[in-house]
Amino acid sequence: MFDLIKDTLLSQVRTLWLVFSHAFVKADTVQYPEEQPYMFPRWRGRIILTRDPDGEERCVACNLCAVVCPVDCIALQKTEDEDGRWYPEFFRINFSRCIMCGFCEEACPTNAIQLTPDFEMAEYVRQDMVWEKEDLLISGTGKYHNYNFYKVAGKTIKGKDKGEALNEAAPVDIRSLLT
Amino acid sequence: MAKIVIDGVSYEVDPANNLLQECLSQGLDLPYFCWHPCMGSVGACRQCAVKQYRDADDKDGILVMACMTPASDGTIISIEDTQAKSFRADVIESLMISHPHDCPVCEEGGECHLQDMTQMSGHNYRRYDKKKVTHRNQYLGPFINHEMNRCIACYRCVRYYNDYAGGTDLSAQASHHHVYFGRQADGVLESEFSGNLVEVCPTGVFTDKGFSENYTRKWDLQSAPSVCVGCAVGCNTTPGERYGSLRRLVNRYNSEINGYFLCDRGRFGFDFVNSEQRLTEPVRIVNGESQTLAAAELSQTLTEFSSGGAIGIGSPRASNESNFMLRCLVGEKNFYAGCADTEHEALQTIIEFAADPSFHCPSISEIEQADAVVILGEDVTNTAPRLALALRQSVRNKALSLAEDSHIASWQDAAVRELAQQQRSPLCVLSSYATRLDDVASDTIIEAPGVLTAIGFGIANKLSDKAPAADARSVGAYAEVIEAVAEQLMAAKRPLIIAGTSAGKTDLIHAAANIARALKEKHGSEKVDLCLLVPEVNSMGLTMMVNKENTLGRALKKLSSGAVSHAVVLENDLYRRADSGVVDAALERLENLMVLDLLETATTAKASVVLPTTAFSEHEATYVNYEGRAQLSFQVHMNHGAAKPAWRWLNGEQECDVETMVNRCSSEARGFDKLGQLLPDPAQFVAGMKIPRQSQRYSGRTAIKANLDVHEPKQPVDSESVMAFSMEGIPAQKDAAFMASAWAPRWNSNQSISKFQEEVNGKLKQGHIGTQLIEKLANGGAYLPPASPSTEVVDGSLEVVLAHQIFGSDELSARSDSIQQRMTDPYIGISPTDAQAQGVQHGDMVSLDGIEVPVVACIRSKMPEGVVAIYCGDGDINPHSLPATVSIGSSESPVGERGIRGLIVSDLLEDY
Repeated sequence: MFDLIKDTLLSQVRTLWLVFSHAFVKADTVQYPEEQPYMFPRWRGRIILTRDPDGEERCVACNLCAVVCPVDCIALQKTEDEDGRWYPEFFRINFSRCIMCGFCEEACPTNAIQLTPDFEMAEYVRQDMVWEKEDLLISGTGKYHNYNFYKVAGKTIKGKDKGEALNEAAPVDIRSLLT
Repeated sequence: MAKIVIDGVSYEVDPANNLLQECLSQGLDLPYFCWHPCMGSVGACRQCAVKQYRDADDKDGILVMACMTPASDGTIISIEDTQAKSFRADVIESLMISHPHDCPVCEEGGECHLQDMTQMSGHNYRRYDKKKVTHRNQYLGPFINHEMNRCIACYRCVRYYNDYAGGTDLSAQASHHHVYFGRQADGVLESEFSGNLVEVCPTGVFTDKGFSENYTRKWDLQSAPSVCVGCAVGCNTTPGERYGSLRRLVNRYNSEINGYFLCDRGRFGFDFVNSEQRLTEPVRIVNGESQTLAAAELSQTLTEFSSGGAIGIGSPRASNESNFMLRCLVGEKNFYAGCADTEHEALQTIIEFAADPSFHCPSISEIEQADAVVILGEDVTNTAPRLALALRQSVRNKALSLAEDSHIASWQDAAVRELAQQQRSPLCVLSSYATRLDDVASDTIIEAPGVLTAIGFGIANKLSDKAPAADARSVGAYAEVIEAVAEQLMAAKRPLIIAGTSAGKTDLIHAAANIARALKEKHGSEKVDLCLLVPEVNSMGLTMMVNKENTLGRALKKLSSGAVSHAVVLENDLYRRADSGVVDAALERLENLMVLDLLETATTAKASVVLPTTAFSEHEATYVNYEGRAQLSFQVHMNHGAAKPAWRWLNGEQECDVETMVNRCSSEARGFDKLGQLLPDPAQFVAGMKIPRQSQRYSGRTAIKANLDVHEPKQPVDSESVMAFSMEGIPAQKDAAFMASAWAPRWNSNQSISKFQEEVNGKLKQGHIGTQLIEKLANGGAYLPPASPSTEVVDGSLEVVLAHQIFGSDELSARSDSIQQRMTDPYIGISPTDAQAQGVQHGDMVSLDGIEVPVVACIRSKMPEGVVAIYCGDGDINPHSLPATVSIGSSESPVGERGIRGLIVSDLLEDY
């Protein structure tokens, strides 16, 4: 008899106790969207394209993000401006396919593509989840403030001649016998 | 065969080769830079170091460069030895000291031999903290970009450009770590083979300029095995497409034809596929207004054209299938050759000789083995450029035989060159104007065509008395040369005679055949190499398809007589095939002219029905090259607009796939019975899987078309081909000839080709090198007599010979952007004496009597007197309207935009 009470009634009493004790616990529910959660800076959310410290587009259209993307949701085309800088003619991310894995950010050699803590990307129309460069490109540097690819790489662009990149000596005068 | 031991495993190798080559042949990974399969070893980069042991007891060993060590019997080496590995890692670290950290903006990235080798050698971080050496770049013309900072000084570029391709304007300059590879000053790279620098350079110093403008990484290109349509050589190519446009074209290895190299016309002349002049809609033109032709109307139109003896005019630039289908539509009797009458006659002769058992038409790789060559009146560099590159190798056979006598291995490149100095195998160039091969020629005779023919007959007569003698008056001055050339040919192991159609003189072909026949008689060899060049990609195929008497002249006559009311012209601009007046007269009375073509031409402008056809990269088709070798070319990308392969238009609504079509052509057309052998055997394919046209890492699949509709469409299905428009399938199947592009794990660059060869420089593993269609007859022909005497030249007028240009003479490639930048306006080449007599200065505009278009006068110091070489431009002058002799008058017209600035000939009197 005692065993029967222990197996059935006690268990039910315990359950009732647990349920009703929650009436006095602070609620876990967050009043989203009125109340915004704290997102960690390295959260992998909405993808952006950033600019370098000089305000120029960082993306050089190298295609590494597109090739590393496991769902193949990035497509772009390289073009070149009159300054000799490479940049994407178009840059498209199909967010309806994106899995926010962050591989593109890891692959990016110029810190152009970055994932941000923004996750509010729901749309009523799926077509609106296709983002073009105009939608992706921000005016700041994002998470990485100082990197400027063209200051490091030995490719000449307007305003940065041969020998002016990081660790570069002035161009060789091949006709000189003195060096 | 020798036995060598590599890392404890024993291999059977060829002792005539070096260790690096043999390691690669065995499929082992050993990094290298300066060695190239076609250019031998110089031991410059020190990257292929391996440990060599004296014997099995030697545990220490010494480091040797694999490329400089013969693979002799009993050699014991180790690639994996720790010391060898760390040596290689150190070498690459020092090579990378000044590398500019610009892979993301480098066109070579992703298919870079330097990237591959760096990965393979295990170098990751730059430890050197001093400054990087930098260099200024040069402008190298419309084809090639220069970025000297990326150079690792392997010397491959100058070894290729100067030593292999005979260029003179690229050199290694400065010294030590300042060494610079470029021209003396900015300017266009002069060699016709400069484009190969893109593939020869192991990194991104020389990159494809046009490709850079529409850049796509190698892994993003959709590609398929294709055949170049720039000339009759039929080089194998890999075109690459992205986002619907053709982006670039690279070499595809074929051991018998192009090997590792293409000419610049082939490499850069594909852009017409993307041209805005492409026809996109089937239209009917009624009273000058074009209306789109509906599908229902189309079949009705076809019936109209197939009944009632309509005339069909084929095309040397259309595939066998399209020509065959047109022949089926109009009937064999009404199917006419779409080339000039003289050309048709010459082509018939060439096909006869191709079947002659005394002759052998050599492939490009066989031409490289010739040790005495006579070129009769063919400007090879401008009509079949890849062949000129092969001839430049053939003259090196002297050096190789000297090396053999001195027991120097043929791959010891520097030693062989040092030994031979300027000694070359004989190459005799007979031409009516100075050619680009004259620098390596042992004898150069520049004379009027009549004299050249006479010399040709003279050589044959010298070799054998049975050959008819030449006109003694014309050859008198050349008796010594004739004797010398005859001796050279007799002394050679593998003599070669070259002639062709471009000079427009069948007599020269006869003379060449006589020489070859006389050689066969005296030389005692089974067959003599006789290479007869034809002008276009499928000239041979068309000529085999068409009845001998069905010349274009007869077709046009029939049309102008009003005997027929309907005609179909297949991928052909008649205004480039016959005199404009004659074509006008023929088309004027014709109410129903159907033209199938891919670009707008003068002929499509006269048509009542125009059907758009596909370009070479948009259809699967077969072409027959100058040897009679048929090759299969695959579709690379989707069709442009409503374009279809011509045979599909002509087939109407009947369901037919391309394999059925090839098989039909094979079984029904005379002489084409082996065509079916080209088709891949489905049983070879693993589990019936197709070969993907896209790489395993083709990117953007779910984003490319997402802007149009987020629900991405299914990949287009190719129900006919063994290749798929997809990344799914098995890329490297048993039949490597059908792989979309060469790639192997750890080998992303074109150097991966060694993984697909039976051995380095050998055949592709089970690859398809094409099928020889022409069967030899049982009995050979007889000697041919010299034909009519040379042209009578009236006082004051000059004998006309046609000049050709690699950039401009080919109709399709001339519509490519980068090629256009290298084209010149029509010009005449005249001798200084004639120029003085006519009062013409270099660069003046002059008029030719009877020709409306004025031309630029170009005084060439080596032009024979009394002869004028006329370059007709890209259809500017109709060569068939030219008289045999012309007189020159002055012209008031200003010099055109292009002028002759881009003209590269060896004998310009003065700079322009």
